[in-house]
Amino acid sequence: MILLSPLQHLGRAVLGLLATIGQVAIFAFDGLSHMLRPPFYWREFLAALLQIGWLSLPVVGLTAFFTGGALALQIYAGGARFSAEAVVPQIVAIGMVRELGPVLVGLMIAARVTSSIAAEIATMKVTEQIDALVTLSTHPMKYLTAPRVLAALIVVPILVGIGDIIGIFGGYVVGVQQLGFNSASYLKNTADFLELSDILSSLIKGAAFGGIAATMGCYFGMQSGRGAQGVGQATKASVQAAAVLILAANFILTSVFFSS
Amino acid sequence: MITLENVHKSFGPKQVLRGVDLTIPKGESMVIIGGSGTGKSVALKCVLGLITPDQGRILVDGQDAARAERDAFLARFGMLFQGGALFDSLSVWQNVAFRLLRGSLKRPKAEAREIAIEKLRRVGLTPDVADLFPSELSGGMQKRVGLARAIAAEPEIIFFDEPTTGLDPIMSGVINDLIREIVVEMGATAMTITHDMTSVRAIADKVAMLHDGVIKWTGPVAQLDSSGDPHLDQFIHGRAEGPIAAVR
Ligand SMILES: Nc1ncnc2c1ncn2[C@@H]1O[C@H](COP(=O)(O)OP(=O)(O)O)[C@@H](O)[C@H]1O
Ligand SMILES: [Mg+2]
Repeated sequence: MILLSPLQHLGRAVLGLLATIGQVAIFAFDGLSHMLRPPFYWREFLAALLQIGWLSLPVVGLTAFFTGGALALQIYAGGARFSAEAVVPQIVAIGMVRELGPVLVGLMIAARVTSSIAAEIATMKVTEQIDALVTLSTHPMKYLTAPRVLAALIVVPILVGIGDIIGIFGGYVVGVQQLGFNSASYLKNTADFLELSDILSSLIKGAAFGGIAATMGCYFGMQSGRGAQGVGQATKASVQAAAVLILAANFILTSVFFSS
Repeated sequence: MITLENVHKSFGPKQVLRGVDLTIPKGESMVIIGGSGTGKSVALKCVLGLITPDQGRILVDGQDAARAERDAFLARFGMLFQGGALFDSLSVWQNVAFRLLRGSLKRPKAEAREIAIEKLRRVGLTPDVADLFPSELSGGMQKRVGLARAIAAEPEIIFFDEPTTGLDPIMSGVINDLIREIVVEMGATAMTITHDMTSVRAIADKVAMLHDGVIKWTGPVAQLDSSGDPHLDQFIHGRAEGPIAAVR
């Protein structure tokens, strides 16, 4: 396999990718259709909200804070070359809200949530728990997939909003403590510059990335092969796919929202 | 009555079932024996629709299993999986009462818990395991919880995949008696997979032997020793020499 010519490799990869995309799309629509039809498993939904939302807060907060701070330093250093140091508040704000907030939260969710969903469902598959669910007249798509995907669609935008705020705060702390900005005017500049459409685009991206992250975890978990190796493969593939799809979706959404 | 007609199933190049024909009359206890890896579990899963056969038909009371309304169809079945297949996110009693806590058989929580504890008692487990999680139990205890879950909703048809594997001889005896009781008392149709010849004699009305993807021999348990079938004789006497290769 490894010794195939690069062209053959590429061809196979593209064909495999297209087939997977088709299957994932069918899977996503199936999951969606199960969200809309009863029964709805509230307990699983609330557990997923807790797992995806609340328990992701620390990692989201830390990531956003440090990124906002680093962003402020970079913009200050770069801006100094054109004597444009003053734009730090504005650029940190749109940088975080439009791009970095959603993308970083999306990637952290892919690392934290996609992997754990995939590993959990794959283990259930390998240990016949999915078969057991079916024989107990419970549809795995309803019981496992729908609550997780719905929870991610709702809670990841909230995480992104929080990440945006903490990222801006990180920039503010660095700006005021280290770069000598005036606290009140930093905040005013940030608030004046951000528009509602920026914030909406951020939250919409959050919902899209959350949906992608949870769907990939469920899909690859359900597709898992046998044994511990199957679980490992499923987990790896799910995180890989979620990360790439989130970045691709980000590019598409950014071009839709901002290239006019 | 469950009928398998010419059921075939392959996984990639590996032909597991190559034309299984088998009939299990209503209210009888059928035991399937055969070497490990011969496809006994696959055959059970085909009946439940967990695996789709490549060819052949499966009828339950004359109705094609592949076309039946899934929920109503599955509500008639209970299944003990070979590895127990307990949900490790739920406590023991919630596992046992799974069917009673949701769906068409749903009932109040307290009542479901009571039934679960009663079923646990029947498989030789005390009420204090009810609030433990499956990962806190030994393999044999997990197996018995799986058994309690399989019988919790009093199904008409029960499948047991190696119910006594991994249990001590006394507990095996308890489980054998229990399976026998369920068939006699509840009038259930049972299909059991086992390697344990003591179990076979304790619970079977009829025995079928799966080998090379087909049913090599089937008949009443009384004829087990006088079948004259060399495959069956080798199996029940556990001989290394015979028509069944020891290396598979
Ligand atoms: N889902 C599956 N995918 C691939 N191979 C399988 C699958 N299920 C079972 N097999 C193979 O089918 C054969 C029969 O398995 P099984 O029915 O579990 O045997 P047993 O008679 O011991 O219960 C084994 O070789 C197993 O590897
Ligand atoms: Mg088996």
